Amino acid sequence: MIGRLAIRTGILVASLVVASIAVFLIMAVLPGDPATVKLGVNANPAQVQELRHQFGTDRPLVAQYLSWVGGLMHGSFGTSYLTNAAVGPQIAAKIQVTLWLVVLALVVAVVVAVPMGVLAAVRSRRADGAALAGVSQLGMAVPSFILAILLIDLFAVRLHWVPSGGWVPPTAGPGPFLKQVALPVLSLGLIQAALLSRYVRSATLDVLREDHIRTARAKGLSPGRAFLRHGLRNAAIPVVTVLGLQLAALLIDAIVIEKVFVIPGLGSLLLTSVSNRDLLLVQGIVMVLVGAVLVINYVVDLAYVAIDPRLRRSA
Amino acid sequence: MGVLAVRRVLSTAIGALALCLAATACSAGDDSSSKGPTSEKTSATFGFTAAPDNLDFTTTDGAAIPQVLLDNVYQGLVKLSPDGKIVGSLAKSWTVSPDNKTYDFQLQPNATFSNGDKFTADDVKFSIERVKSSAWKISLKAYMDVVDQVQVVSPTEVKVVLKQPSNDWLFRMTTRIGAMFDPQGVTDLANKAIGTGPYTVSQFNRNDSVVLTARSDYWATKPKLKTVKFQYFSDTNAENSALLSGGIDGIIALQTPDTLGQFKSNSDLTVSQGTTNGEVVLSMNNAKGVFTNKALRQAVNYAIDRKALVKAAYGGYGSLIGSMVPPTDPWYQDLSNAYPYDAAKAKALIAQSGVKNPSVAFKIPNLPYAVSSAQVVKSDLAKVGITANISVLQFPAAWLDQVFTKHDFDMSIIAHVEARDIATYGDKKYYWGYDNPAVTKLLAEADAGTPQQQITDYQQVAKTLSDDAVSDWLFLLPNIEVLRKGLSGVPVNGLSESFDVSGVSWGSGS
Repeated sequence: MIGRLAIRTGILVASLVVASIAVFLIMAVLPGDPATVKLGVNANPAQVQELRHQFGTDRPLVAQYLSWVGGLMHGSFGTSYLTNAAVGPQIAAKIQVTLWLVVLALVVAVVVAVPMGVLAAVRSRRADGAALAGVSQLGMAVPSFILAILLIDLFAVRLHWVPSGGWVPPTAGPGPFLKQVALPVLSLGLIQAALLSRYVRSATLDVLREDHIRTARAKGLSPGRAFLRHGLRNAAIPVVTVLGLQLAALLIDAIVIEKVFVIPGLGSLLLTSVSNRDLLLVQGIVMVLVGAVLVINYVVDLAYVAIDPRLRRSA
Repeated sequence: MGVLAVRRVLSTAIGALALCLAATACSAGDDSSSKGPTSEKTSATFGFTAAPDNLDFTTTDGAAIPQVLLDNVYQGLVKLSPDGKIVGSLAKSWTVSPDNKTYDFQLQPNATFSNGDKFTADDVKFSIERVKSSAWKISLKAYMDVVDQVQVVSPTEVKVVLKQPSNDWLFRMTTRIGAMFDPQGVTDLANKAIGTGPYTVSQFNRNDSVVLTARSDYWATKPKLKTVKFQYFSDTNAENSALLSGGIDGIIALQTPDTLGQFKSNSDLTVSQGTTNGEVVLSMNNAKGVFTNKALRQAVNYAIDRKALVKAAYGGYGSLIGSMVPPTDPWYQDLSNAYPYDAAKAKALIAQSGVKNPSVAFKIPNLPYAVSSAQVVKSDLAKVGITANISVLQFPAAWLDQVFTKHDFDMSIIAHVEARDIATYGDKKYYWGYDNPAVTKLLAEADAGTPQQQITDYQQVAKTLSDDAVSDWLFLLPNIEVLRKGLSGVPVNGLSESFDVSGVSWGSGS
């Protein structure tokens, strides 16, 4: 267990270092610099040069990289060029918005996908089971932003049930909050549910074919009961793995959905920062995203062991 | 913070659902789209496309910050009326000396800043001198260079002495450089705006919205709306949906005229068209490349069917001007027919230019009007034998870098929205690459002479630019607004840097 942890942690750190260099280099080769953007179309070269000096973007790349990484070591993401505010707290504030979307979408995905997948498997030889599988197949083919546009058109523009976009923090009360996030969360969650239900279905089918389920059925249990009592835990292993991968995908998907619904989360912050060449902010956000994905994988790995006792011995 | 942020991802994820029911007093106050009787509505929300990055227009350029803050939160001595005239704001009146160099301002005696401080002549001196100091970073500050000194005559009287006469100076005082600050109110401009205007910033959500709340202690006529929200949309579809679903009450400066159909058929909304200062310019690099050749520049002007272009690129909205002067400037003259669409003439001029099969680097920003206009330009030019190789640059960063700063282009398209920007043609280092000492001289004389001479000289400049075919002025951006019925007092034109909401109300207005 300890060895596994050490290796995983080593991979995590190495990945972060590689990611930091990659992000830094990509931003460095993009044309345009933050001083020009900040001073606008009529700035004179001397002012731009002065601001560059103030930002430190006139230093060699290696020096810039080292001072940025040095800041990270001390827990500082630096100061945004455009807002003059510390990057860390800005990211922390925006990530809460994005996380609400991701977490609620994941809840929707699980709540919809597990019964749907199990039902599709248990009744795989009947019409309703096949229909469920068909629906999930269809759902997988639709990009979340298309679903988002359809949902907006129906529920916001035509029916006026919910707002078409924007953001109300949860502190405004559960009613306004849920109304506000309903469409983005459904756009993200339903697509993930379609995907997830395929895995639930195939995992369930695999388990149902195993000997101990056949034994349980021979004792007179219905396929559903036999699965719930004896198969659920086994079927959960591949599903949890997929769930981890989906969480990472959801984070990225949320960035697109934030744009469609004009939600001021991490995605919106990232897109604006890229177009303004607010380098430290971009680097900070990407590092947090990369970190989040890596940590999710790390946790999935551990969850895997927790669910399947057989792995504990080998680890 | 690195590890902490990562941990936060997890801990927030776990705690998120538990928190779902937590409700505190920190409400968003978003009652802007309430559907109650219009007479009771005291708030309105307007949609815009460019969001401010911070609240400090003294160090960050761009139109978004003055749009929300000027006239609403900060005020100047003078401001621009809806039809483009200079009128008093914090100055009750003013007189100009016979030599046009000394301005005597009589100030409003009862004006106060939102922090309670009284507005006096000392604040005027402080504010003007601050523009000239290193505290101000944006290039517009150069318009204040002409000021020699500011004298406090009495608490309500201030004298500004210019180094040389300048017609332009008072006009520039209507822009952000004329904003009056409290010496005690400039410590954190990026986050805290303290001005003498009818509103204060009660919420600033970066990339999302700015909420203005009316001051109860405002010195002049109190605004009718208690709160006004500026809601920002990076995506125009989202903005349109928000209007249709009641999330916002109006779209100001609509960027996508092709979507107007859905609004016109909606009985709840009204569509209006005003004018702006935004000349959409097909700029040609006069300093290097094929467009150093005047015949070729003229060929481009003849080759493009601007009427068809406006139809294709802007739904027929927008007016043809043929110069860098909008109709709201005193020296406007109609030059839109200087180069009527004539492909044969264009071909003849190309032959005359001696350039065989001209091929140009056409670098445009990724802005909707530029992309759609560029397609028309490309196909019109192809018809006369000019190949335009379009490359789309991300705006602002990449476009500013390659085209504007490095002048690495032959042709580009961008809307120049700054007021009275014809003077840029007098600057040979500007990205037009136009170097004509006669124009530079005329522009200087226009500024220093009598107002009448200013008009004559500027007309002469516009005419010269047209004759030299320095650029092709495609069209003037319209100010298209879609408003919910019942809203009144919304400025129809987009002439000034500000979107002045102090006169907006629900109902018939008064």
